[in-house]
Amino acid sequence: MQTYRLPKIPTVDQVQVESRAAAFTTRSIKKGAKKAALELAIRMMDLTTLEGMDTEGKVQMMCKKAMQPMIGRPCPSVAAVCVYPTLVGVAKRSLVGSDVKVAAVATAFPSGQSFLPIRLEEIRQTVAEGADEIDMVISRGAFLAGEYARIYDEVAASKEACGPAHLKVILETGELGTYDQVRKASQIAMDAGADFIKTSTGKVSEAATLPVTLVMFEAVRDFFFQTGKRIGIKPAGGIRKAKQAWQYLVMVKETLGDDWLTPDLFRLGASSLLNDVLMQLQRLETGNYQSSLYFSED
Amino acid sequence: MTQTQKKKSTDTTQKKSPEAATIPNAEQTNGSEGSAASKAQAKSASPPPTARSTASAPNDHRLVGGGRTDNGRLMVHKTYKMWVGGKFIRSEQGRVLGLHNAEGDLVTHYVRASRKDLRDAVSAARSAQTPWATRSAFNRGQILFRAAEMIDARRESLIARLQEHAHLSASEATQEVDAAADRMFWYAGWTDKYVQVLSSVNPVASSFFNFTLPEPTGVVAIFAPTNAPLLGLVSLIAPVILSGNTCVVLVENNAPTVAIELSEILATSDFPGGVVNILTGLRDELLPHAAGHMDINAIASCGGNEAQDRAIQLAACESVKRVHFFEQPQTLDAWCSERQQSLYSILPFVEWKTAWHPIGV
Repeated sequence: MQTYRLPKIPTVDQVQVESRAAAFTTRSIKKGAKKAALELAIRMMDLTTLEGMDTEGKVQMMCKKAMQPMIGRPCPSVAAVCVYPTLVGVAKRSLVGSDVKVAAVATAFPSGQSFLPIRLEEIRQTVAEGADEIDMVISRGAFLAGEYARIYDEVAASKEACGPAHLKVILETGELGTYDQVRKASQIAMDAGADFIKTSTGKVSEAATLPVTLVMFEAVRDFFFQTGKRIGIKPAGGIRKAKQAWQYLVMVKETLGDDWLTPDLFRLGASSLLNDVLMQLQRLETGNYQSSLYFSED
Repeated sequence: MTQTQKKKSTDTTQKKSPEAATIPNAEQTNGSEGSAASKAQAKSASPPPTARSTASAPNDHRLVGGGRTDNGRLMVHKTYKMWVGGKFIRSEQGRVLGLHNAEGDLVTHYVRASRKDLRDAVSAARSAQTPWATRSAFNRGQILFRAAEMIDARRESLIARLQEHAHLSASEATQEVDAAADRMFWYAGWTDKYVQVLSSVNPVASSFFNFTLPEPTGVVAIFAPTNAPLLGLVSLIAPVILSGNTCVVLVENNAPTVAIELSEILATSDFPGGVVNILTGLRDELLPHAAGHMDINAIASCGGNEAQDRAIQLAACESVKRVHFFEQPQTLDAWCSERQQSLYSILPFVEWKTAWHPIGV
């Protein structure tokens, strides 16, 4: 087997990326456009619960909310729920009859510090439980040590283990250090067959930011120009406000175009975002500022 | 003027206007006030600022005090901002109103809050509410005592401000400041007493120990009195916050700058950020947004006209807010009277909790 060599990729201009990303926060999204953006954000959301204290009951409640985020008004369901592998079965049973997919974090989430055969077996078992999508983490330690071929092989092996399930590769950008490293990691994941690349686990304080996601968008765009393959992107972690959500949508539209404005190619990983989006929708409808006291947690 | 030019000039105005208010340059001050106000009117469907604010403002280019002090120093003009979440901020819209003296000369600018400023203030008040209410009553009392102490410490500057901006005589100003300190002091004592006095043990015909006690209602919006810029404010804020409520205060009167001075006093009295938030602006503009806001639990209003009070009651229905109208005393003596400080001013902003505790089983 031939060893993977990282292709030549452009370096990232930090100042340019940050100022470009900041520009996406200045778009004025109001009224009809706002409503459309909020509803699209719901359809693209991976409603997530990844806590040690997750119970079957909590996952069941979350699945109900995923299918019908709001009672009393028409509201789209979210794209997927994201849970730990042991809760995939519960989620799958709770979501029978709906289009909501089940995503699961596998491969010794969130650190990825376990033996490869164990990680691959985790993926296989999770898929067998019924997961439609697998969110894997890369070995950041190996990546930072420059063992790119190892990362490539691990992602490729994970993809194989996934079988029919979609593979999302979590880069954990908060631990990669620089935009150049993010761009490299994106390239390796895409080369190795990832269906999606995802920013963060949500377990590291520096999670998804607009600039880091922009770097990944550009990697995806260049990959598409070179290979014709469309890779999806999922920013996750730290997206709590509806305003942030539509800033990401603006960035998708202006960087990748309308093709990517679909739940098949763009997802938002979040837990508390949904309630804020619902509050904004309700505000648009009633004209009154809303209170979180009137929206269910979990 | 083309679209781009127009936008650019508004942007500059937004950034500059509060500073411009402090720069003793006739043209600049005039220009900024003009375009900020026109933008404000274009953006808002509310009626234009009251007569006091702009209509009587023909002399905006004549900033009172001029550029130099008597001994030749460059004047340091003060920028009056709002106090939200423990920070002194300008409006997110960048709008300002002018404060004018009797001759119609511009004394200073102050901020005209937008509905987004109101929303931000409410979310600051909401996140401050639980921590504030869970502090010990004794600690809340200490902080209110400290506020009274700080009013006393800044006595001279408050007296001067009331004279300059509210046109009070020296003796009136002194009377108001002293009464404000006394009132804060008086209410400070109630933090650890009002629960005992208002609670009750209720006789019930079964084996329960049944008792009722008051708890803070949550976030309270206060429409400040239109007179007594210092004493009126203290008389409304103190009874609301002492029980553990947090508040968003909207000030529209003849000297809103005094409210900002008070916020500087409260800021140095160990109040956690967000417990008291002070906005300056127009009551008519912000009233519907406050009254309809689902995250505001109660409204205290003083000095509103009939239409305003009615609008509050109508819009408050949706979230079943507690609404309380304080009658506004018309004279300073009436404001200073002991009848204006009452345990019953705390009552409208508490919720009653009754507990049934089993006994004898």
